[in-house]
Amino acid sequence: MSPAQAIATAEKPRDGKFEVLRERGQREVFCGLTGIVWLHRKMQDAFFLVVGSRTCAHLLQSAAGVMIFAEPRFATAIIEERDLAGMADCHAELDRVVDRLLARRPEIRTLFLVGSCPSEVIKLDLGNAAQRIGARHMRNETGEGVRILAYSGSGIETTFTEGEDACLTALVPEMPVAAVDASQSLLLVGALPDIVEDQFLRLFAELGITNVGVLPSRRAGMLPAIGPNTRYLLAQPFLGETARALEDRGAVRIDAPFPFGAEGTAAWLSAAAAAFRIDEMHVNRVIAPGRERAKRALERYIPALKGKRITFLPDSQLEIPLARFLATELGMIPVEVGTPYLHRAHLAADLARLPENTRISEGQDVERQLDRVRADRPDLTVCGLGLANPLEAEGLATKWSIELVFSPVHGFDQAGDLAELFARPLRRRDVMRI
Amino acid sequence: MQLAVWTYEGPPHVGAMRVATAMRGVHYLLHAPQGDTYADLLFTMIERRSARPPVTYTTFQARDLGKDTASLFQNAARDAVERFKPEALLVGASCTAELIQDDPAGLADNMGLPCPVIPLELPSYQRKENWGAAETFYQIVRHLADTSVRPTPREGRRPLVNLLGPAALGFRHRDDVREVSRILDLLGIDVHLVAPLGASPADIRTIGAADFNIVLYPEIGDEAARWLDKTFAQPAIRTVPIGVGATRAFISEVAALAGVDPALALDDPSSRMPWWSRSVDSTYLTGKRVFVFGDATHAVAAARIAHEELGFTVCGIGCYNREFARDIRNAAKEYGLEPLITDDHLTVEEAIAAAAPELVLGTQMERHIAKRLGIPCAVISAPVHVQDFPARFSPQMGFEGANVIFDTWVHPLVMGLEEHLLTMFRDDFEFSDAAGPSHLHGSAPAHAKAEPMLAPAGDILIREEAAPVAASDGSAGWTDEAERELRKIPFFVRGKAKRNTEKYANDMGLAAITLDTLYEAKAHYAR
Repeated sequence: MSPAQAIATAEKPRDGKFEVLRERGQREVFCGLTGIVWLHRKMQDAFFLVVGSRTCAHLLQSAAGVMIFAEPRFATAIIEERDLAGMADCHAELDRVVDRLLARRPEIRTLFLVGSCPSEVIKLDLGNAAQRIGARHMRNETGEGVRILAYSGSGIETTFTEGEDACLTALVPEMPVAAVDASQSLLLVGALPDIVEDQFLRLFAELGITNVGVLPSRRAGMLPAIGPNTRYLLAQPFLGETARALEDRGAVRIDAPFPFGAEGTAAWLSAAAAAFRIDEMHVNRVIAPGRERAKRALERYIPALKGKRITFLPDSQLEIPLARFLATELGMIPVEVGTPYLHRAHLAADLARLPENTRISEGQDVERQLDRVRADRPDLTVCGLGLANPLEAEGLATKWSIELVFSPVHGFDQAGDLAELFARPLRRRDVMRI
Repeated sequence: MQLAVWTYEGPPHVGAMRVATAMRGVHYLLHAPQGDTYADLLFTMIERRSARPPVTYTTFQARDLGKDTASLFQNAARDAVERFKPEALLVGASCTAELIQDDPAGLADNMGLPCPVIPLELPSYQRKENWGAAETFYQIVRHLADTSVRPTPREGRRPLVNLLGPAALGFRHRDDVREVSRILDLLGIDVHLVAPLGASPADIRTIGAADFNIVLYPEIGDEAARWLDKTFAQPAIRTVPIGVGATRAFISEVAALAGVDPALALDDPSSRMPWWSRSVDSTYLTGKRVFVFGDATHAVAAARIAHEELGFTVCGIGCYNREFARDIRNAAKEYGLEPLITDDHLTVEEAIAAAAPELVLGTQMERHIAKRLGIPCAVISAPVHVQDFPARFSPQMGFEGANVIFDTWVHPLVMGLEEHLLTMFRDDFEFSDAAGPSHLHGSAPAHAKAEPMLAPAGDILIREEAAPVAASDGSAGWTDEAERELRKIPFFVRGKAKRNTEKYANDMGLAAITLDTLYEAKAHYAR
């Protein structure tokens, strides 16, 4: 690689534990638009309109893996040749498309205009468009109407899960202001499968934290209030911008490792409880059953996974906390943990628990990274769909990273399922005689 | 701007990838942001290819814009050539890079790369995937073909042909090539070159050595074939051998051009489809209404097979690729239909709902539409899905292709005698149309549950719970007795019976639809 494109620098070992390799080159990751695939199911009264090219539409239907043919709550306004001729026409066209869409889907309460690479490059101001169109569809006396928001999921600015970060950031200014004398409240941040979210809400209630809000809420029209008495707890590691916006509203982050496995989840819940000054004995009593259940579920997988070497290619930013989980709770050996972006503050607790000498890489130059995978020959490589079959064909076992984003993996009662995702490709190779 | 939920075709650079990935020894340098790499998974997952597509994405980011995306491109070009050592390098831009106007062709040209560079101009905001594939293949042939190469004298050798059009991610291209090559072998003709599938730049150089060309997939191969005709005076066979009749015509044309005996291939004993279709068991297929939609080539072929070789009635025909709309218009005229030329799948759904066919022949899009509407369906065309890459040999072309088509299209239908029994004993609690065809498991009686994506204007689906009352537009309403009778008609013809009866009642100016009206209408529309 020539120096201008591939900037590979080894930083000073952090805390004497590991080096961080920073690379720049071809990336093999989705753009932020992909987040729409789960966000449109999470927020049931929201619709996502990508303003982009045919490529964006094609990405969305391909990234969904199989085509999900229930009419989804997303669509693409495909920019055509004549839209590029003049910006005024482009805005008029967008208005027409939005009006047609809202007429057809009257149940929509929040519409996200989602920016793409082409819309960013032609400097189509979607924030402005959202205000203009929003003024025409404002809530009327009967409570009907649509809130129109904008964010960018473009691949020149966002990588995969950063699309969710941008979407949630756009929601933060819409959150109601909490009363100055409001009691301390907890805000759970990051889209989780409904079943996992419900488990966590039950645990918070049992802990005695009663005032709990969720971002994103299942109905985008019913956002929790926020203020200086809000303590927020990240459920996902890729929400840097959202966190900054929440802090601008006065909320304070609870520092914790991410809730994967028995230990990660226990530490995460305990950190929340500590922030609410809940008695430690009580916390342990509440957490113990779930933690024990998770440990029992994980024990089954230790024989298959212990001592196995694993490499993560950069994808969702879940890589660091997942490597922590696999290393400390299942005895796997992380060889290289790649992440598209390393948020040191949010990941501090997980980084501190990673084994020494773990090679951490940030950014990507896919060809060089694959050279390292071939040299390392890990027992399992976590990678995207474009790379999995080619690596398998080279004799390397792989795990599709997208499943880690699209299936319930957080919390005590998903710990076993999470371990299973890593164990299954290895077990499959053991049982097959073909 | 076009509002799209699902698309039939990707952008044109995906068409270029389909050509590059099909070939050996080429590399495609695509000026594009990181997200465009999603296209790799089409090949590695849907088609289960064991190697990554030979594509390097320059991966520019917002912070590079206005600085030096051009040097990013040149560095990527140098690295790709050094690493992959291609025999030819394709260079081009995806939709975003087209907007920043870095001129990949000029940039690559100035670098003095050690291999031929083929610039691709694929306007993303005007054109689509098939066009991109055709243009890419044409540019490759035009740049690489050695125009001094001509066929050797015919004496003492077998005729030589090129098969043009098969590509990566094509609907059964792999198997069609094998079946067509088998037919050519029976005729004593050798395949000089299959392209783009499996061809290298060195192979393309010799393309002029063949006596003539066979365009298997006009959507991808025709533009190159026209240039070859002009440049090398290589004639082209354009009859696409899908269906028994088309295969026979294809064999005759090829044999005439090559000067060989067509009987060598026409009398192929493995052609079972004609007898399967003539045998009495198939009588019940007569007049079944089919709706056909796909790429133009496959849709035209499917309609002809449906009409001439299975005795179906074509009740709708359309395609999503405007470039070949003329073929569809001509075919539609033959069947007395309005052609449906659209790439809006919601429009296709409305048309299918309105036509109330008994079988849909379409793409994966129509398969889902048909599932919602509770109509049997078979897939005949791209866009493809992982299921369209079966492990077994499963061509569409040639006599074996016709055998495959017979099985694939007839299988989803309710079988002949079963259809009668369902009509006779509608009230049997264990054997009713609500249970679906008895030989297909897992086929839900979708008509009772499925909600159409759009409420079709005429609501052609009678739901069991919906009481037929007078229509609000003042047309005739159903009496209870007539409605009960209507429900005794099996679901696969009930929609048509309802529509015909209502049209009859309206034409006659009747205020209500009685039992008599139902049977009067039946007699009126008897086929």
